[in-house]
Parts: sequence; C-alpha cells; structure tokens
Amino acid sequence: MPAIGYEALALRIVHKALGHRRALRRARGSALRARGRRAGFQADAVQYGIRVPNKRRSTAAEAQSGFERHGLSDEQLVAMLRVMLTQRTLENRGFQLNRQGKIPFASASEGHEGVQAGAGMAFERGRDILVPYYRDLGLALGIGVTPYEVLLSLFARADDHNSGRQFPHHYASRRLGFQTISSVIAAQLPHAVGAAYAIAYRKEAGRAVLTTFGDGATSEGEWHESLNFAAVHRLPIVFLCENNEWAISTPLRKQTAEPDIYKRAQGYGIPGSSVDGMDPLACYAAVKQALDLARGGGGPSLVEAKCYRFLSHTTDDDDRTYRSREEVEERRRGDPVPGFERVLVENGVLSADDAEALKRSVLAEANEATDRAETMVYAPAQHLYENVYADDWRPWR
Amino acid sequence: MTDVGTRPQTLDKRGLSNDQLLAMFRNMLLQRQLDNRGFQLNRQGKVPFALGSEGHEAIQAGAAMAFRRGEDILAPYYRDLGLAVGIGLTPFEILLSLFARAEDHNGGRQFPNHYSSKAAGLMSFSSILAAHIPHAVGAAYAFKYRGETGRAVLATCGDGTTSEGEWHESMNFAAIHNLPFVMLVENNGWAISTPLSKQMAEPEIWKRAAGYGMPGRRFNGLDPIETYAVVNEAMERARSGGGPSLIEGTCYRFLAHSTDDNDMTYRTREMVEEYRKHDPVPAFEALLIDNGIATKERLDAMRKDVLRETNEATDAAEALPYPQPSDLYTHVYEGAWQPWQ
Amino acid sequence: MAVTETSATTVMNNVEAVRATLYEAMKNDDRTVILGEDVGPRGNVFLITKDFIEEFGETRVIDTPIAEASIVGIAVGMAMEGLRPIAEIQFADFIYPAFNQIVGEAAKIRYRSNGEYTCPLVIRTPYGGGVRGALSHSVSIEALFYHVPGLKILAPSFPADMKGLLNAAIDDPDPVLFLEHKKTYRLIKGEVPNGHYTIPIGKANVLQEGTQLSVVSYGLYVHWALEAAKQLANEGMSVEVIDLRSIRPMDKETILKSVEKTRKLLIVHEDNKFGGIGAEISAMVAEEALFHLDAPIRRHCAPDVPAMGYALPLEEEYMSSPERIAQAMRELVAF
Repeated sequence: MPAIGYEALALRIVHKALGHRRALRRARGSALRARGRRAGFQADAVQYGIRVPNKRRSTAAEAQSGFERHGLSDEQLVAMLRVMLTQRTLENRGFQLNRQGKIPFASASEGHEGVQAGAGMAFERGRDILVPYYRDLGLALGIGVTPYEVLLSLFARADDHNSGRQFPHHYASRRLGFQTISSVIAAQLPHAVGAAYAIAYRKEAGRAVLTTFGDGATSEGEWHESLNFAAVHRLPIVFLCENNEWAISTPLRKQTAEPDIYKRAQGYGIPGSSVDGMDPLACYAAVKQALDLARGGGGPSLVEAKCYRFLSHTTDDDDRTYRSREEVEERRRGDPVPGFERVLVENGVLSADDAEALKRSVLAEANEATDRAETMVYAPAQHLYENVYADDWRPWR
Repeated sequence: MTDVGTRPQTLDKRGLSNDQLLAMFRNMLLQRQLDNRGFQLNRQGKVPFALGSEGHEAIQAGAAMAFRRGEDILAPYYRDLGLAVGIGLTPFEILLSLFARAEDHNGGRQFPNHYSSKAAGLMSFSSILAAHIPHAVGAAYAFKYRGETGRAVLATCGDGTTSEGEWHESMNFAAIHNLPFVMLVENNGWAISTPLSKQMAEPEIWKRAAGYGMPGRRFNGLDPIETYAVVNEAMERARSGGGPSLIEGTCYRFLAHSTDDNDMTYRTREMVEEYRKHDPVPAFEALLIDNGIATKERLDAMRKDVLRETNEATDAAEALPYPQPSDLYTHVYEGAWQPWQ
Repeated sequence: MAVTETSATTVMNNVEAVRATLYEAMKNDDRTVILGEDVGPRGNVFLITKDFIEEFGETRVIDTPIAEASIVGIAVGMAMEGLRPIAEIQFADFIYPAFNQIVGEAAKIRYRSNGEYTCPLVIRTPYGGGVRGALSHSVSIEALFYHVPGLKILAPSFPADMKGLLNAAIDDPDPVLFLEHKKTYRLIKGEVPNGHYTIPIGKANVLQEGTQLSVVSYGLYVHWALEAAKQLANEGMSVEVIDLRSIRPMDKETILKSVEKTRKLLIVHEDNKFGGIGAEISAMVAEEALFHLDAPIRRHCAPDVPAMGYALPLEEEYMSSPERIAQAMRELVAF
C-alpha cells in the first residue's frame, strides 16, 4: 500500500461504512491527487519567487489562536493569498481601463476573494470541471487562468480564449476544465449537471463538477430544475452559491423570503451547508468536503458562502442609486483580502516583508500582463463567420 | 413509491356538518362517474380523448369544500375534475368539454378537463405543466394589491409539475410578497410513466416549503375530511393576510394517465390493485355508514341519482352541435385578426 | 396620429419618451403595475423607471427575482385578474426562459378560453446591438415571435412613436411585445406631443417620400436608412423610406402603395436574413405586387451567425452602417 496523506486518511474514516475496497481505491486516488496538487502549488511558489517554509499541520500555537489550516501547506496558503491579491488587482485594473476609455466594460467581484480562493484551492486541476458565472475572476485565477489571459479577455483581443467574442470574465478553457458560459443567469447550471452526468455515466470516480452562481440565480427556474435532477441521479456536483446579497440592485429580501439559501437543500434531499464567504479557509474546507463527497459517489451538495459585493455590478452600474455608502463601508470592514493577509502574517505563515513582496510581485505581473495584452491585435472581421457550425455555415444549400 | 397513508378509521368531522360530509361524498361519486364516462365514451369511439383522475376523489372533494365560491379563485390542472365540479361546474359542462361542443366554455378548443369559467372563478389553463402556477401567483398579487382581503387563490398540481422551473419561480415570488396563495400538490406518485423516485430525490414535497420561507404540510389525500381541514387552514391563513402555504396530499392514480396511455407498460396490475385497496370512495362511504351519517340506502339512492344526472348530461351534451369551422378564426385578438393590415 | 389633447411638444430622447409614457400610465390607471429586474431603486438599467418606486411604491414597481419565466407568467395572471401589468425583460437576450409563457400562454389565453379570459399585457424589452453588448446583450428577437398569432409586436424608432405606440400597447386588450432598440435610447431625440395620444397599431410611417426605390425598415436601421437616403438624394436619387413601427400586424397597404410607385423594394433590418421579418415582406410583395416590380426584391440584413461579438471588429462586421445601406440602395436603384 502506498503512503497515504491526510486527506486519504480522513476519507478512509468517512467511507469506512461504504466497504473496505471502495474506500481504499478512493483513498489511493485522493492521495495521488493531493500530491499532484501540492506539487502544482510548489511550482507556483517557485515561479512567483516566494520562499516559504513547508509546514502542513496546525501547530499548537496556531490552534490556540483559532487558526485552522485544514491541512493546507504554507505554500498553498500563500498561493491562496496570491490569488486573492491578484483578483483584487485585476478587478481594479478592469475598472481603471474602463475609466481610461480603453475598454468598454468590466464587471466586479470585489468581496468574493475569500470564497473564490477557498473554492479554487479545493478544485482539483486536471480532474474537476468548473462551471462558474461571470463574477468568478478569482476562481478562474485559482484554477489556472493567468493574469495575461484575464487581460486578453478585458481587451477582447484575438488571443483571448473566445477571441473577444464574449464579455470580459467569460473565460472558457477546455484545458483547465473551465466550461464556456454566457451572461444569462443560471443558464450554466443545467450544463454543469449534464457534465456531472457524463462523469457519472462514464464512472470517472474521483472527478466532480463545481458550479457557482450568485444569490439572484437561485430564483431562476433552471436553478431549481438543475438541483432536482442532480439530486435524483446523485450526481458528482457541488452547487456553490456566492451569496453577496445583491443582484444588481435587487437586495436579498426581494430575491427570496428565506435568506438562508442552503436551507433549500433539504427539499431536494441533498446536504446543504452555509459558510462565511469572507473566510477563505472555511470556504476551502466546506467546498472540499462537498467536492470529496461528490468525487466519492456521495452525490450533490449545496454550499452557500455568504459574502458581499463591494463594487457596483459592473462599470455600467452605479450602486449609489440603490444602497448607501454606509452599508458598503460597514461591510468593507470584513474585507477578506487584508483579513487573510493578517491571519497568515500573525500565524507566521509568511512575514510582513514577504507579504509586501508578494503584493509587489502581483502588481508587476498585472502591469506586465496589461502592457502585453494591450499591444495585441483584435480578431479580424472574418472571424465573425467562424465556428457557427462545424462546417460551412450557409443557411441555403 | 408514494406513502398513500391509511384508510380513515375514526370520524373527526373537523367542523363539517353532516350535509357537508354528504356533499363531499356526492362530489366523489360524481367525479368517479364522470371520469369513467369519459373513458367509456372514448372506447365507444364517441370522444377522441379523456383523462383519468380516479384516486383523486378525496383530495379534490376535500379541497373543494375549503374553496369559497364567489370569492376564491381556482387555478387547477387537467386532473381536477372533482375540484371543478366541487366548486360549481355542472356535469353538463363536463360533458360539453368531453364532447368538445360549441357551448363548452372554451368552445371545444381545448382538451377535455381543461375547463375555465370566469363565473366560477376557475382560471383558464393549458396542458403545459406548471404554466398556470405563475398565473395563480399573479392573480394572488392582484388580490393583495387591491386589498381584497378574504380572497385567496388555490392552485393545484401533480408531483411531476413540482420539477418545473416555473413552479419554483412561482413559489419564491409568492413567499417574497406574502401572497394569498395556496399551493396544493396532489402527489399521486406518477407523472405519466415516471415514478416519484425519478422525479425527485426527496419524496416529501412539502419539505421544500422551508426553503421558500413558508409553512408546509403533508396530509393523507385519500381522506377527504383531513384534506378539507388542511386546505381550509391554509386558505384561511392566506385570506387573512398570513401568506402562502405549500401543502401536499398523497393519493394515487388508479387509471392510466389518459385514454392514450397504457400504464401496464410501466407498472404492474398488482401494484395498482394494492393501491385500490385504499380507494377513497368506498372507504369514505363505509365511514359515513359506520358513523351513522347516512344509511346504505340513502347512499345507494345518491349513487343512482349521480348516474341519472350523468346520463342526462351525456345525452344533452351529445345532442348539441360542434363549433362551426368559422369559429377557428374568432378570439385570436379582440376584433379582427389579420396579420397584414 | 390620433392626438387628443396637444398644446405643444417637448424634445425628448427615446428613454425619456418611454419613461414619460410609463409614468403617465402609472399616474392615470392604478391597475397598472411594472414588474421586472432592477426596476425599483435602480430605476431600470437604463433609468427608464427612475424614481418610480418613490412615487408609486413597492407594490406597483416590483423588483422581481431573477426569474424571467415567472416575470411574464405572473404578469399573465395579473392581466387575467384585472390588473394591467407592464412586464420588463431587462435585455431581450434574457427573454428565452419566458418563451413558454409568451408563446404558449399569453398569446393563447383569449383563444383557448373562447374570449372568456383575456391577457392585456405589455412586455417591454430593450434589444439590438451596436453598443458593445456581445452575445448576450445585443440580440434581435423579433423573428422568433412574429410567427405567433395572438401576439402583437411593436418596434418604434422615434420618441413620438415610442410614446404613441406604447400608449396603444398599454390600452390594447391583447398581449403586446414592445421592442426598444437600446442604441436609439439616447442617440435619437425628437419632438414629442404633450398630453395623451395613441398611434394605431399596424400602421407604418412614410418618413421620406421618393420615386426610385422603396426602403422598408424598423428600429435603429430606420435612422441609418434615412441618412443613406439623404446621401442618395445628394447624388440625385430619390428614395422612399418607410418605418414599419409595427411588426405584427404589419401594414400591407403602405408597403404596396409605395412599391407600386417606386417599383423597387429594399428591406433593411438588423436581425439576420434567414426567416427574418424581411422574408415575410418579400413573400407578401411577391404574392400581391410581383408585376409592379422592375427589380428583384433585396434584403440588406445581418449575416447568418449566432450573434455579434464583443470585440469591435466583430461587432462592426455584424452591424450595417449608413454607408453600407446607401451602397445597397445605389445598387438597386441602378438595377
């Protein structure tokens, strides 16, 4: 039997009742995957030039301070912080470029850094599939989209994944397992369920689909139909609601009479949980638990992460028309980005100097990506006619 | 498989008078008779189509008793023959619908059992599952908006309909606006051939209520008295400003989905026979007799009367003409309808 | 124009005209309610219902959940029970979940109940491109709906028509899909008569008379067709420009009268050509006026691709322009 890590041990305990052989098979897969993921982040750390000590379990001191690292190594924790800082930087870059008249549009995800960094860490690259929505810049970064790709999308350049066809943040990358999405709310959820069905149908144990959406999407009929179907077939899928309390201008109380979205889970016969979306570690643990359940054949879950949208919906929106500055400022106090940095520094995961170096590195990378993407060309007009169908597209034959 | 509950053993009248109990029973007899009449006429080649509601007699008689004529609005689905007669449609109107005659409310345009009657407060609906639920919620919004307290909308659907997006959207909206709306699910365990286990992972639909922030309740839909009590409580809450409810009554569909369906392709005769043991019509009859509400003779007479009324309605409706071919062109819009002006 | 009470006019853009008309409807008839996404404090994403919620309250200006099927479906129920709802789909691109409620329900309520129930409902939605709206904020949807008896479809282009036709839609006893081209919202200004008036549904408007070519259009392209016709006038060619305004029903008389005069027909629309509005006009003219024609009917429409792209060249390639329309006109005049 190969050496197995922390996750595999946990899984073995959880799934003891399911039968020894099945659990063992899963445990081995999980251990291999965990090693692969750690290696991936080690590589990231090297690429970003960050020196971090390799430490995985909470020390007694950490535990005393209430710091629960959920088995994540220091480099993984720092990688999460880097994703959050990058998300924040690129987010602001989109708004800046719009105000400079360089791009017509950007949408906002500030306040979602915690949930997205946590969920991104729980995602297993090369195995899982992500079906996100348009406010998932941090998740995109977390699963491997580069800042340069983000800038290509913002500038709608030819080298963008969809060659500038779609709005910014509508990434699609088959290599990363990132499904193409539209701007239409909840339309991606049935696709996510279909992908999960394909995984289950082909018996690809150890794979799962992570799909995300805001609180507004939970009102759509397609949301309901998707959860119901996933539950009926016990599909390997996690429905992650990034509940930021605002659907453009519509507050949660006008979206639903029951503000705890996760409570709907019981009506579908699936587990539901709620987590502080401003806490990346809690989000990592909740999403990972749900993904592990799905990967191990335990069926779908609904996870609700409570966060907040600090900015307007997009550059075309002005949130002052529908909510007060005081409300936003009040919620800014719970900003997950400085919050997580503080937690890591206080617990000795990285030094204050390292944190500053990290920020400089993130900014340098964003600047470089901006300069590089801006100089790239648009797709030629002829591109409009490509990929309508597999072959020649004339409507008259 | 649905938990169909058990046959009622003791009699708690839940505030209903003996006359009301007998009216419910007559409604159940009438539904059974008219239901069978549709299938008979189809087999005789006289009508091309009929729908089955056998097994839903108790839930519909009980719900109809909780409906306040002239005040409430009913937004039913196509398996609600008993609810339709329970809120005032006549057997003659049912037969007009079966025969698709000109005098039918919709002029023979729709399938049988797709009644609509503004006078009775029965909203027009289509065969499309869940399409009527938002309409019901819109009507409830109109009540609340106009301050018409004391009025409520009773919407019904089967278990299959609860999977539709429009069902979810409607429940959510009704809860947000605290509307005078009652969602009554007649859970018969089958959506044509699809069993409940393939329809949803959680067989108790009422449990979804908590997720919408409204009260939910499950009851034995084979018991007309319990049905009345639960529907009445929900309707009273809605009428008095207490907001919407999701209530689920369990029952069973004894017949095939419609005359075009063969249920032996997806379930066994034995399974149906097992459920038939809980047939609400003879069960309620026995209960009425055992508790001295009526004698067997009186109920037999009632049965004969129902048959007579059904026969008369059949003859009267059959003798009436179809709509004219030119009626195809009316009521497209108000006035003339040419797309080119 | 059936102007009932007009003392003067006010210059407005299309947003202001729609807003003023909705305001008047809310003011004059308390059966009127507006429901849609972000119509409340945000005042709609284009500020069309700005400040309505303060004046008319939350029960009449309903910020709905994000659930388009029920926005239309609930409005249908309201209409069946005596209210006069005006439903808004935030962008036409989001209307597809409501297809069942529009096509399967609203358009058939009167018919299926033999007139016992009716559905006096207005569904407003901004459509059209040229605003860097990408695949999900720029589509034209009219061809998907104009096939459906029981629906009426309006697509006015000028502020005065926005008001007159929106009033007609609100007064209409049947469901009306009211399409507002979002690029014209602030681009197009015009004089709007004060006071209440309606413009009859199903009447086209001859914007400019001409003798050598009839051009039929609607929406944004009406404005571009007018610009193109001016270019041709400078070149000594006379073009008649017709603004359809109403897509279902459509004005046969005005089109035939014009074609019989100019003997040539060019149809211009932003929606793609295959199965578009132009196809129906072409068929009608071929059936009714073939021997008046001196040239084949031509359609100048969008290419047969699913949508315009976000990147500028992809949008520009999809959209026409006054210059391209002028070129299509020249070719047909010269035929």
